[in-house]
Amino acid sequence: MDFATIVEILDSAVRLGTPLLLACLAGLFSERAGIFDIGLEGKMLMAAFFSGAVAAVTGNAWLGLLAGVGGSMSLAFVHGLASITFRGNQLISGVAVNFLASGFTVLIAQSWFHQGGRTPQLSGNGRFEPITLPGAEAVKDVPVIGQIYANLLSGHSILVYVAFAMVPITWWVLFRTRFGLRLRAVGENPESVDTAGISVIRLRYTAVAITGVLAGLGGVYLATGLAAGFVKEMTAGRGYIALAALIFAKWRPVPALGATMLFGLLEAISNRYPNIDLGVITLPIQFMQAVPYILTVIILAGFIGKAIPPRAGGQPYVKER
Amino acid sequence: MVETGTTEAGRQATAALATPEGAPAIELKGISKAFGTVQANKDISIRVMPGTIHGIIGENGAGKSTLMSILYGFYKADAGEIWIKGRHTPIPDSEAAIKAGIGMVFQHFKLVQNFTVLENIILGVEDGALLRPSLAKARKELKRLAEEYELNVDPDETIEELSVGHQQRVEILKALYRQADILILDEPTGVLTPAEADHLFRILDNLRREGKTIILITHKLREIMEITDTVSVMRRGEMTATVKTAETSPEQLAELMVGRKVLLNVTKTKAEPGRTVLEVENLSVKDEDGVERLKGIDLTIRAGEILGIAGVAGNGQSELLEVLGGFATGTGTIRINGEEIDLTGKHSDGQSRRRRGIAHVPEDRHRLGLILDFTAWENMVFGYHADPAYQKNSFVMDNAGIVSHTAEAMERFDVRPPIPTLPAKSFSGGNQQKIVLAREIERNPDLLLVGQPTRGVDIGAIEFIHKRLVELRDQGAAILLVSVELDEIRSLSDRVAVMFDGRIMGHGPVESATQTGMGCLMAGLGGDDVRGMDGWTISDEAAPEETD
Repeated sequence: MDFATIVEILDSAVRLGTPLLLACLAGLFSERAGIFDIGLEGKMLMAAFFSGAVAAVTGNAWLGLLAGVGGSMSLAFVHGLASITFRGNQLISGVAVNFLASGFTVLIAQSWFHQGGRTPQLSGNGRFEPITLPGAEAVKDVPVIGQIYANLLSGHSILVYVAFAMVPITWWVLFRTRFGLRLRAVGENPESVDTAGISVIRLRYTAVAITGVLAGLGGVYLATGLAAGFVKEMTAGRGYIALAALIFAKWRPVPALGATMLFGLLEAISNRYPNIDLGVITLPIQFMQAVPYILTVIILAGFIGKAIPPRAGGQPYVKER
Repeated sequence: MVETGTTEAGRQATAALATPEGAPAIELKGISKAFGTVQANKDISIRVMPGTIHGIIGENGAGKSTLMSILYGFYKADAGEIWIKGRHTPIPDSEAAIKAGIGMVFQHFKLVQNFTVLENIILGVEDGALLRPSLAKARKELKRLAEEYELNVDPDETIEELSVGHQQRVEILKALYRQADILILDEPTGVLTPAEADHLFRILDNLRREGKTIILITHKLREIMEITDTVSVMRRGEMTATVKTAETSPEQLAELMVGRKVLLNVTKTKAEPGRTVLEVENLSVKDEDGVERLKGIDLTIRAGEILGIAGVAGNGQSELLEVLGGFATGTGTIRINGEEIDLTGKHSDGQSRRRRGIAHVPEDRHRLGLILDFTAWENMVFGYHADPAYQKNSFVMDNAGIVSHTAEAMERFDVRPPIPTLPAKSFSGGNQQKIVLAREIERNPDLLLVGQPTRGVDIGAIEFIHKRLVELRDQGAAILLVSVELDEIRSLSDRVAVMFDGRIMGHGPVESATQTGMGCLMAGLGGDDVRGMDGWTISDEAAPEETD
């Protein structure tokens, strides 16, 4: 394997890891505020569909982005309504969101475009095209550094750079701002927030809305960056892998980057080498696909430190003495 | 009070402080509150003057906490008015209470466990969108408060690393940081060691001296007598009396609380110990982190005697009960009626312990003693559900029989209301405890393990429970009593053992146990006070008393 191949695989890992990263950070905001969200999958799917559909009709990826984020946020609002206002079971609400998105997207896609539940192929301004960083062309033949700059760092769509920028921003918001302090507090002990005279409900809705935006960006990237249009079930379990990454990262933003990129790398490797021949045994593609889950189970079992979720996670807040 | 770091909100609060001459700091007028058909508060009026400590005492369920929750904006009163510092002040939510200068220290702290002290202090009163300046300001203010009121805590420690006493200080600091000059404390000493409680009272005294007004809710008479200026007694949602503390006595207050005279001391004859029932030798227990919680315990209990285990909570008493009760594993020897029992958990569990005549009233009845959502009659057979008497045939239990048996037991143990079909959670703490006791005592065990029998139980029920335990002893049972209430240990036990840091520091007859001597042992100290106790065996581990 030469260096160029390694760069290619890493480049692929970045692209495949980006939707995971966005979804993972989305889940981080929600779960840090005490709202478990297994509906990331559905939100991404909804965003992928609306961005694909609107971008196809208008030919403008940015309008697609707005529509996609809007679609995701509407589901986030449903989840918020069910789990915050009506104090329902957050897992059930999340599952409902996923089912809703899965059926709704295909049904509407078929009704609008008559292409078997997909949206028309996007091209030109309908997609977020790769951005070539300044000087990338000039240095691409410089060994190692030039290759990395031109082929790994340069040449991604704007959403990839946004996703990476979200990591330090999330960290800063969580740990350096008043909003972050309150958000973390409401996920750990909502009573402490309530007795301090802050609205638990408003804080949680805000968190859920941020989740809607970030998961939406992840879905938009799937349909307008990674692929060129929406296809049925195109999220393919990425919402769940993002949740696994969130646990893997112990609900912290910087490790979330590491976890999602690791999972992206695994996907990139399995795409390039479907069957890995180790001489004695051949690892089938299914094994590589299962690795993120296996790693998460290992983390959950406590082999690599303890993954302690936010203490109030999953529990609706009922005001009591 | 002109502090450089005073916030805008703080200044407003300070401006609102000015209390007109002679006006009470707090005045409640005709407060009523009902939950469904239950009248939790009925036409309650109360006046508390500034710079005083006012006690509110009453049994569990008397409505004390409801009243304070109304004052703090958690509940809305059905009728009545709240006046703060001479002004009519409606309090619709906690924010309004904070603004009116009211701070509340709840029984269960409202702290974020993995936040630092500073982060908890500023939560909700940050000065701006960024944390750094708020944290710096709080650090400075905290230092001042610590010096002024003996409220020392490390500002950078996370809450989960702090002792309960220190966590409580953080709660008080939170209130003071929010410029509270009215402080409500709900059962503040329930979770504290005696030394921590003393320190708390010193803090409260300092606060009073600085002109703060304090409301202390408690069901412990001693605390009322020790620290308050005035005291109100609540009974069944009504305020039955408000008196000056100096002009009353504990007996009078107790009577006002329950509406009849109660015996605070248990009347019991001298024990007549018989054969040895329980022998424990070199018993050690490690917790799941591998930390040794019991470090080689030796003890014996004979039939017809009560051995009281005194000590500050968390010194191994819980582990002792757990391993004896069969749901923790350990090393060493335990013999019951001369027969050794398995400690590894492989051939033994709670069920086999019961078969050997060990009954257990656990410390935490909600977690281990009852299933709260199940009915009283279902709870009445847990652990004994395999008893042939409860079976109709090999497949079906005799539910009707169990219900009628439960109804009889409830009568005998004065459980109110005596309705077997009610879920356990709808009984008060004292009545829940009576259900557990009925289940365990009516089996006539050889050995009864009892942990904190009267925790969260009102005075009337305490008396009843104590009487029952003494009766069981007189029938020839051996009883191991674990309690953090020294008074309870002293009045019930025949012999006392004091635990500290997983060891028994000393044991001996209750008659010669002195308050100070036991206090020293509970802190792991030896010294003259301890050596002066006749008939006591003192462990070598007890350190010679510290020199001041």
